[in-house]
Amino acid sequence: MQQSSVASHVPAIKASAVLQAAFAVLLGVMLVGFTGFAHVEAVHNAAHDTRHASGFPCH
Amino acid sequence: MSVFRSIVFTAAAAGLLVGLTVTGLQQVRAVPLILKAEVYEQKAEAAPAAPAALAPHAHEPGVAPHSHAESAAPHEHGAAWQPAEGFQRNAFTALFNVVTWIGFGLGLAGLMVIARRPATWREGLIWGLGGFAALTLAPSIGLPPELPGMPAADVVARQFWWVGAALSTAMGLGLIALTRAPLPCIAGALLLVAPHLVGAPQPPTAESAVPDAMARDFVTAVMVSAFVSWALLGALTGFFLNRFRGSESEA
Repeated sequence: MQQSSVASHVPAIKASAVLQAAFAVLLGVMLVGFTGFAHVEAVHNAAHDTRHASGFPCH
Repeated sequence: MSVFRSIVFTAAAAGLLVGLTVTGLQQVRAVPLILKAEVYEQKAEAAPAAPAALAPHAHEPGVAPHSHAESAAPHEHGAAWQPAEGFQRNAFTALFNVVTWIGFGLGLAGLMVIARRPATWREGLIWGLGGFAALTLAPSIGLPPELPGMPAADVVARQFWWVGAALSTAMGLGLIALTRAPLPCIAGALLLVAPHLVGAPQPPTAESAVPDAMARDFVTAVMVSAFVSWALLGALTGFFLNRFRGSESEA
């Protein structure tokens, strides 16, 4: 499909691939921080069983 | 497909499947135990002046005077919104499980790409087991999964140690698995043991509103469902990453 265009841009893709992957990791950390660690009371209440059943520290 | 998009699609697909699977697994054992523990918790809450809770008691010498009202207080939900019992509560649990596992999937897939590992379900499975070691096993050594109503140290202190143990274990495993020089491997081994040498914040009292047998059952239930979930997330992440990135994965 995109083989030829990918092959011609290999060095650029390598550098930006790491950056994009790092951004994905950061996004993942933010999601887990929200569901597992946020102190907002309503979020805690909604995520209560998820937190306990996942072994996250809770109240 | 861009690298970022392929990781997001991978994490969304794997996280959705694992999040729903773990929701099902939790309904078997962990959630019924939480509901049962809340009955004990509310009983303790309803009887704050009960002799057992407030009776004068002897401490070993050296224990500072302290207020049990604070240390043993059941958690206050106050006036904040909370989901209605039954369907709504379980629906939110499912939603938060899915979001959590999409988050884990983003981390796992992102790190596999950064480490330039082949995108296969086999490779993914190994990474998933690493995720289990770092984000379930290591934190649970110091802070076993807790039921509502169990005594526990300050929540911020526990969260701090939990995150530290997870990060330290993840970096330790990464250094040992991905490097060959002796120095990084020694550093990796030290990172694996460091959180446990520091030690987790411990509960201020051993008195628990919840029977020990239930607490033990709960730890087993959480570990089993987390183990299955991490193994599944790893394998699915490798599989979907291969699908969405295809031959680009070596680039």
